[in-house]
Amino acid sequence: MSGNAQENSERSTHRTIERVARESYGRLVAYLSSHTRDVGSAEDALSNALVAALETWPQNGVPQNPQAWLLTAARHSFIDLVRHQQVAEASEPTLALLREESKEMTLSLEFPDERLKLLFVCAHPAIDPAMHTPLMLQTVLGLDAARIAHAFLISPATMGQRLVRAKTKIRDGGIQFEIPQERELPQRLDAVLEAIYAAFGIGWDDMAGVDQRGRDLAEEAIWLVRVLLELMPKEAEAHGLLALMLHCEARRAARRSPDGRYVPLSEQDCQKWSRPLLEEAERHLGEASSRGRMGRFQLEAAIQSVHAERARSGKIHWNAVMMFYEQLIRISPTLGTRTGYAAAVAEAKGAEAALAALDSIAPDDVSAYQPYWAVRAHVLQQLRKTPEALDAFDRAIGLTEDPAVRQFLLQRRG
Amino acid sequence: MQFALLIFESSEAFAARSGDEKDPYLGAWRAYYKALVEANIYVGGNPLQPPETGTTVRLRDGKRRVQDGPFADTKEQLGGFTILELPSLDAALEWAARCPAAAIGAVEVRPVSPEYRRRVTG
Repeated sequence: MSGNAQENSERSTHRTIERVARESYGRLVAYLSSHTRDVGSAEDALSNALVAALETWPQNGVPQNPQAWLLTAARHSFIDLVRHQQVAEASEPTLALLREESKEMTLSLEFPDERLKLLFVCAHPAIDPAMHTPLMLQTVLGLDAARIAHAFLISPATMGQRLVRAKTKIRDGGIQFEIPQERELPQRLDAVLEAIYAAFGIGWDDMAGVDQRGRDLAEEAIWLVRVLLELMPKEAEAHGLLALMLHCEARRAARRSPDGRYVPLSEQDCQKWSRPLLEEAERHLGEASSRGRMGRFQLEAAIQSVHAERARSGKIHWNAVMMFYEQLIRISPTLGTRTGYAAAVAEAKGAEAALAALDSIAPDDVSAYQPYWAVRAHVLQQLRKTPEALDAFDRAIGLTEDPAVRQFLLQRRG
Repeated sequence: MQFALLIFESSEAFAARSGDEKDPYLGAWRAYYKALVEANIYVGGNPLQPPETGTTVRLRDGKRRVQDGPFADTKEQLGGFTILELPSLDAALEWAARCPAAAIGAVEVRPVSPEYRRRVTG
């Protein structure tokens, strides 16, 4: 083989390993840890297996069933790790179980998909809610601590420590790898959806309001909710969440002008919205509503759907947006919802009514909440209350992280 | 807890300080200061004159060494500092990200050390 051809073949093998790793990471970690609850060791074992793959596949070729190969390699490494870590007697049942299954495995290449249980473990009420999303991103998708840390604005070392602590809690805290019972399911599923949503980081479409949290992870969040839907295809809210995220994702290219300036949703060029993504979003929203159980994410997706409708009708039905927000406030009266409602009221009923809606929110709650001040500034400017508007603009600008949004608000402030 | 936000700026940012009232960087800083005060977390702080106004003093082997400018010769130089009262490092990082200098320079977040302060001041 010539040097070039060999390089190409190595590169393609590396790409295969990357793809297999990405596609099977969560399945393998979930399966390996479901018996022992030892997520950390399962991850270590899998990364050892991936290193082994990087060493042997380029020479011996990619095995026929790469996932099964990785599982076997990871299992061997896992047994070694557990043997080193634990007192022999305590780990004996685990090892016996693993050996037992090892035999089965050689006969069958199939193994159960335990990712759903892993998702529920990551969003377990005994785990710090702030760690639900980072845990999912790491254990189900295999993202490294540094990448997660950047998105959550935490130092990589701190994020690493928090992840380790959370995994220790899973292992030692008696958190079971199981699908919650029907009685608990709705609440537990909410926590899972909430964690996936937190990875997506939304709010950029409301009046230059930006909630920066996790905004680099939009694709990962979509991947996570797709995994969830594969495992729970009948859950209306999971469809609703995917619809919501696809709607927002569809507008990615329209959110900035060619010279990098921020473009608010109502001024975006609809031609730049991704039609396939919007269509997929609508399909999931339809699927969700056919289940007849309304929920927070479906309502948020419905609001996005009204905005998307502008591509066809040329206008935004603000009354519909406002009504969806009214329902949303009943289910989930968060700051974001109430601020979004006020923004919709401004368009549907006028600035006076919007100001009243904003005034009904306690001032202490919004001292560091940027979208509130952006909407307030806009409303006060419409009412020609200039000094108050300038003050609100300053608050919004001062709380903005995104330089493009800051620039946009500085210009509006004048 | 108190945190110091150490603001590192490029020479362009220092040069922009002589801009007029409409300068966007100035506008961003005014707004940021207002947000800090309104959020009730602002303790103190000050901008510093540009690095070339600095003079560095060292004593080595009993000899005085005086150098024009700051000690380190890097692209971004200390341009000021802000002290904030906040519950956690997480909150401090969030405010650091909103600092206008973060998008063009760098903001280093350091906890103030009250223990050492007590030992020094007695």
